[in-house]
Amino acid sequence: MNNAIYMDNNATTRVADEVVAAMLPYLNERYGNPSSMHTFGGDVAHDIARAREQVATLLGCHPEEIIFTSCGTESDNAAIKGTLTMFPEKRKVVTTRVEHPAVLTTCRDLERHGYSVSEIGVDRAGRLDIDQLGFRVDDNTAIVSVMWANNETGTIFSVDEIAELVKARGAVFHTDAVQVVGKIPLNLRDSNIDLLSLSGHKLHAPKGVGVLYVRKGTRIGTFMHGGHQESGRRGGTENVPGIIALGKACELAMRHLDEENTRVKALRDRLEQGILSTCPDCFVNGDVDNRLPNTANISFEYIEGESILMMLNKFGVCASSGSACTSGSLEPSHVLRAMGVPFTAAHGSIRFSLSRFNTEAEVDFVIEKIGPIINRLRELSPFVPKAAAR
Amino acid sequence: MWDYTDNVMDHFYNPRNVGRVDDADGIGEVGSLACGDALTLTFKLDAAGKIADVKFQTFGCASAVASSSVLTEMIKGMTLEQAAAVTNQDIVKRLGGLPDQKMHCSVMGQEALEAAIEDYYRRKGGKAPDKYKGVIVCTCFGVTDEEIRKVVKENSLTTVEQVTNFCKAGGGCGGCKGRIAELIDETLAREQITPADRLPKRPAKLTNIQKIQLIQQTINEHIRPALRADGGDIELIDIEGDKVIVALRGMCAQCKMAEFTMRDVVEARLREFVSDTLTVEELKD
Repeated sequence: MNNAIYMDNNATTRVADEVVAAMLPYLNERYGNPSSMHTFGGDVAHDIARAREQVATLLGCHPEEIIFTSCGTESDNAAIKGTLTMFPEKRKVVTTRVEHPAVLTTCRDLERHGYSVSEIGVDRAGRLDIDQLGFRVDDNTAIVSVMWANNETGTIFSVDEIAELVKARGAVFHTDAVQVVGKIPLNLRDSNIDLLSLSGHKLHAPKGVGVLYVRKGTRIGTFMHGGHQESGRRGGTENVPGIIALGKACELAMRHLDEENTRVKALRDRLEQGILSTCPDCFVNGDVDNRLPNTANISFEYIEGESILMMLNKFGVCASSGSACTSGSLEPSHVLRAMGVPFTAAHGSIRFSLSRFNTEAEVDFVIEKIGPIINRLRELSPFVPKAAAR
Repeated sequence: MWDYTDNVMDHFYNPRNVGRVDDADGIGEVGSLACGDALTLTFKLDAAGKIADVKFQTFGCASAVASSSVLTEMIKGMTLEQAAAVTNQDIVKRLGGLPDQKMHCSVMGQEALEAAIEDYYRRKGGKAPDKYKGVIVCTCFGVTDEEIRKVVKENSLTTVEQVTNFCKAGGGCGGCKGRIAELIDETLAREQITPADRLPKRPAKLTNIQKIQLIQQTINEHIRPALRADGGDIELIDIEGDKVIVALRGMCAQCKMAEFTMRDVVEARLREFVSDTLTVEELKD
């Protein structure tokens, strides 16, 4: 589908043209191994070093603190398990109920190995109870993992505050930042964050490359045994084209940060307002005052998310849903349930996530199409006549 | 993305017979908003006792809408005896297939039809075919043992996962999976089908250490997930002989239903997986 209207950027993003151009030479003429003892390979090592600097610049940290991985999930796994191996006497992990499965299933699996896992809840707006978190972090806690922003609702957590609190209690703090990198300004030098995960394909680099930021002095075990790559912490020949691409994508993200928080945010607001004013019985999920600039999560009452997506799909509009039906599981989104969104509204939730490649014309097209789609599905629904007769 | 057949997509984009029949002879309502899909089926008979008009309203995904739509096409012109013989497999066949995880959509169609026919008999004051007896097994989705036996039998199912795909039972907190496995065993034994995999049976004799480990494992795998689904948690405090002392955390700690949770979930699961002689006590701080 070439003329897709792509509004599912929290799932993955289009690879920027400049990023494709930057990585292409590493797929053909510059194929050397950066570890080789010849200029042909050695030059590639220099290019990787430059990519590392580009990433560090975006994060506001030192290049030596960047470890390249294969994806956000690998970074999350490495951060949590790599920390636990360094603190064998500590047997507790603290996280939240709204984490991405990359963190949540990793933690729950640890329970089977004798660790205790504490999951902090959120309020109806999806905000974390920080007092509760402070209360749960004790001497036995090895690591606290809290996402920077939620992928489904876009709600941003005050990780700097949490990092400080965690540090004061002597535990390691990790944040899954895949949704915020490139969307809000970061400066890790001024924070107490020890470990941070990011994923290339969420910021217009290709799939298959990620980063784990490891603050200098943070103890973390080797997570892939092998050669000396990535300071020996993650062996394996580097994914050179992916790393070069991620470097370029970070450089571009730096340049577009303002646009994300002005033009993209305005588009999101236009879309959200447009939908809310066209469709009765719908509402926004998440903390509207503290949200990623690109994300809108809207629940439509009386109808089911997969049906909405299939109707949107007919017009080439790509979005996603917290409905149970879309995942093949029978329960709706764990995030919306943790927020206490009623099952009824969780089944009818749609997430639109924009990027700098979206246009006002696209937003207006979606606003124009959504009303009839919602009406159509409500005509089909057995709940509307009774429920909406007020 | 789901691999829907063209026929499913056609019925989803162009559903037939949408709405409610005026002055219906039978009305069948199944599912709920909470379950994620629901269907209301209404029909009217002609003088010859054949279905003259039938309409549906569905809340659900593309396959739920398509299953309902195709069902109305199938039963139009049938007598109630003929309609009662329509199975979920017939619906699936007419659609050209459904993804495994979506089989419950076809079962929902069949159930709505049964409910509508039962409603017809009830209105006439006659006796309805007794299909709605049964004990609720899956409390999350309100599925009875009778319904589970039926999908197992009609679709030759052998695993709990398949049962979940067909009628949703076990797809919520998972607390009823043990009972579903028993129902599968029981039904297959009656039908003389040998399933490939059965649940491991409870060990006959345990050492103290084995018992403690099994209790912890049962809590981790069969009890905690159920409580977490409702925002609660549980911690094993101590074991004294056959007395298991636990503490409820999170939402469970303040829950008015805690007493029932202790008996119906915690104690029941421990007895099921460890030993019949166990009792559970709650430690309150």
